Amino acid sequence: MRPAAFRTPEIGEDNPILRARLHAIWETTPGWRGWLSTVDHKQIGLRYIVTAFVLLAIGGIEALVIRLQLAGPNLTLLTPDQYNQLFSTHGMTMIFLYASPILSGFSNYLWPLIFGSRDMAFPRLNALSYWVYLAAALFLYSGFVIGAGPNDGWFNYVPYAEKDYNPGLNQDFYALGMVLLGISTTVGAANFIVTFFKTRAPGMSINRVPIFAWGTLTASVANLVVVPAVSLAFFLLWMDRQYGTQFFKPEHGGQPLLWQHLFWIFGHPWVYAIVLPAMGMVSDALPVFCRRPLVGHTLVALATVSVMILGFGVWVHHMFATGLPGLAMSFFSGASIIITVPSAVTVFAWIATIWLGRPVITTAFLFFASMILLFVIGGVSGFMTASVPVDWQLTDTYFVVAHLHYVLIGINVFPVVGATYFWFPKFTGRMMDERLGRWNFWTMFLGFNLGFLPMHLTGLLGMPRRVYTYPDGMGWDILNLITSIGSFAFAIGVLLFFINCWRSLRHGEVAGDNPWGAPTLEWSTSSPPPPYNFAVIPTVASRHPLWEDQLREGEGRSSLFRGMLLDHGKEAIATTSLDADPERILEMPEDSYAPLLLAIGLAILFVGLLLMRGIVAGVGGALVFLALLLWLWPRASLKEREPDQPEAAHG
Amino acid sequence: MSATPLAYLTGAGARADTTVSLTWFTLIVSILVCLIIGALVWWGARRYSARGGALATTSVTVERGGNGIRWIVIGLIISAVPLLIALVWTMAALAEISGPPGNPALVLDVTGHQWWWEARYNGTHPSDTFSTANEIHIPVGVPVLVRLHGADVIHSFWVPKLAGKTDAIPGQNNVTWLQADVPGRYRGQCTEYCGLQHAKMAFEVVAEPRAAFERWRARQLQTAPPPVTPQQKQGLAVVNYRCSLCHAIRGTSAGSGYGPDLTHLMSRQLIAGGALQNTPGNLAGWIQDPQSVKPGSLMPRQYLSGPELAAVTAYLETLQ
Repeated sequence: MRPAAFRTPEIGEDNPILRARLHAIWETTPGWRGWLSTVDHKQIGLRYIVTAFVLLAIGGIEALVIRLQLAGPNLTLLTPDQYNQLFSTHGMTMIFLYASPILSGFSNYLWPLIFGSRDMAFPRLNALSYWVYLAAALFLYSGFVIGAGPNDGWFNYVPYAEKDYNPGLNQDFYALGMVLLGISTTVGAANFIVTFFKTRAPGMSINRVPIFAWGTLTASVANLVVVPAVSLAFFLLWMDRQYGTQFFKPEHGGQPLLWQHLFWIFGHPWVYAIVLPAMGMVSDALPVFCRRPLVGHTLVALATVSVMILGFGVWVHHMFATGLPGLAMSFFSGASIIITVPSAVTVFAWIATIWLGRPVITTAFLFFASMILLFVIGGVSGFMTASVPVDWQLTDTYFVVAHLHYVLIGINVFPVVGATYFWFPKFTGRMMDERLGRWNFWTMFLGFNLGFLPMHLTGLLGMPRRVYTYPDGMGWDILNLITSIGSFAFAIGVLLFFINCWRSLRHGEVAGDNPWGAPTLEWSTSSPPPPYNFAVIPTVASRHPLWEDQLREGEGRSSLFRGMLLDHGKEAIATTSLDADPERILEMPEDSYAPLLLAIGLAILFVGLLLMRGIVAGVGGALVFLALLLWLWPRASLKEREPDQPEAAHG
Repeated sequence: MSATPLAYLTGAGARADTTVSLTWFTLIVSILVCLIIGALVWWGARRYSARGGALATTSVTVERGGNGIRWIVIGLIISAVPLLIALVWTMAALAEISGPPGNPALVLDVTGHQWWWEARYNGTHPSDTFSTANEIHIPVGVPVLVRLHGADVIHSFWVPKLAGKTDAIPGQNNVTWLQADVPGRYRGQCTEYCGLQHAKMAFEVVAEPRAAFERWRARQLQTAPPPVTPQQKQGLAVVNYRCSLCHAIRGTSAGSGYGPDLTHLMSRQLIAGGALQNTPGNLAGWIQDPQSVKPGSLMPRQYLSGPELAAVTAYLETLQ
């Protein structure tokens, strides 16, 4: 075979010989070498999920200590400095190190399976985004461990974050760690976007894409657009602190408000980025238990995209009290109220799906269905804060703390736990225990609402957020005690979840390929999937390839066991963005140490910047350069095959 | 003072009242929405209670039935009504309270410091101007304009019974206004996280009839009386030597503006940024060891001897 030759992929049937050949091509070397160099999206996805759950547990323990301190008035379990670092680290952990990476983990694992593909578009980039995430998490937490954790809340307002008021290393750890994490988020987002548009199975036209993929896509586009703003903000802060620049210092013409704009231009779209993929999980998995397709699939996909677009225009609602002109506030207030509309579309689509289907009450269903209520509670409290005069009272009280926990726990943690019950069989080949699952659900649901529903009232009674203690006689004592009790109950629920995962991993019932009778492609392959995902590339004829026999809607039949073989090497197929017509054969990279080396180099570089040690930074920089050289060194095996005839290039 | 001094579901002035009704409207709509959605999910899920083991899911065949789009359309139409009302009401309320109605009766400069509040009353002449701390007096029944300044980091000025929050940002001149229609003491609190003692940065607004307010103002303009007893004289000497680096007492040589003005310290009910009642015991304890009351406070430990502390306290108690 000539290199760079035009080749039409062979079509064939799924068979054991083919599978053996593909296995040999795609399998990661066993042992530590493979562990460090793998680019398999499934392994990377699971690493993301496990790491994010570990950080969820750590952030949860931080929250419990906070709740002990706040269980009654004037308690002195923590010093103000300890409390401030703890609440800031809790926010940083949950928002940056858990909520987004957990969704990246699920997307990483599931996307190629949902798309009928063999890997993400850029497998090495995928490995890099995980390693950099891990490096950033270790970097940020090493500050906390040595007593220099973030101490200015997760949104880190200046001038308090400036050196004049915050002389320790706390803010240097946080600023640099966030820039490092931004690299991970950015490369991950770019990978998701290309994967979405170029690697869907033939026939999976854009109207047949599951909502979960839409959620991650919109989140990724948002991240790509807004992460630079926050990385820049943290970089400028670091410059202010280390080199005496004056970006945010008012005494020399800097602007404290500039920080808030840069942060919230990022921060609000980020909030949607950590809920839209989770909403997508519900949109895809809830209908499986309702035994009917999602109501208004197209509308829900459009709603997902519109939420994100409107989400770019609401950031000022975090800044209503900063003295902005009334006209600007009216605009952002209006946009913040209007954004309710697409969210309402999704909610009514879910409710209609439940009513028009025949729901089977599993643990996963309970998590998804209860999420609808929690989503609405978090939504309407958001609607209240969208009204400027009301927000002037609500903002920076515990009402907002209650609101954001309903959003983040209700629309991220609950769907994620439900999704774990749903996809665990695919990940591991075993079912999670349903009996323990019920205990898990009800403890989490009741504990969460016991803890956080009364917190709205605490806020309406005027308790400000971010206080390390509060005086008695303000009417907050009993409410805070209830919240503390509820948060411990909730924590027990989460613990039951982890126990269930751990036990089911060894003792769970064997699952089979498609234990829930679900419609999408990931359920057509074995559980867990082989390294190559699919023996033949499926060809898709509808939104629900595995439900076609039951729905009998005459759209034609998807072909799951006969299709492109692509067994000449590590190959996958690229398809057109809208119609998913086959376009070209993708040569996928082998396992590589380059991503790990690059991440280590970046970590050393950032440690050098933290310590202001040129030599350390230089070593890190050199390692980065070497890793990039290794990565980009031309390889004959990765050369894309150019067609012979020029006109075929447009095929 | 009521049992919930920072609650804002009731107001005590024209500005707060405008917001209170809108808050109640959005709150009630929100609760109704949650109840309706909760009931829909609950009933919807229970209508086919096909309870069973996990694998039972596959035993129910998949069917596409019913007109789901109708749900979305009807749901949206119903949701649109309260949304539109809230939108219009919000804009109307915003227009109403964005500035004081007519000319304000009083203009104050309030500055947020780590971790206390300074209030400056400006007269037409420097001798008509004075500063006080953590206790802001205003005449009742008229709008009062407050110009907000940040001395160090961002703080937020909030008196929930009278007005919503406005940030005090260094390098930026923000303006808000208050109106109390009922005489009383209204608690305020810093609500933008500002460092170690953000929790203990409270203050009070005292709304009183015009005549009482003018009497208070006239008294605040007076300088401190000279010490009388030997102990008070010794106290003043210590104050000049220790406290005057940060504090001002008009009528003495203590003239720094770094900490609160103490000229009429004893006329205030709260000290230490609202953290303590102004009793002789609390005052002495605060002077001697501020760090145990407010760890991280910018006021250092004093290490005064017993007699020195008693003398300082005795002198300060003359600052009525």
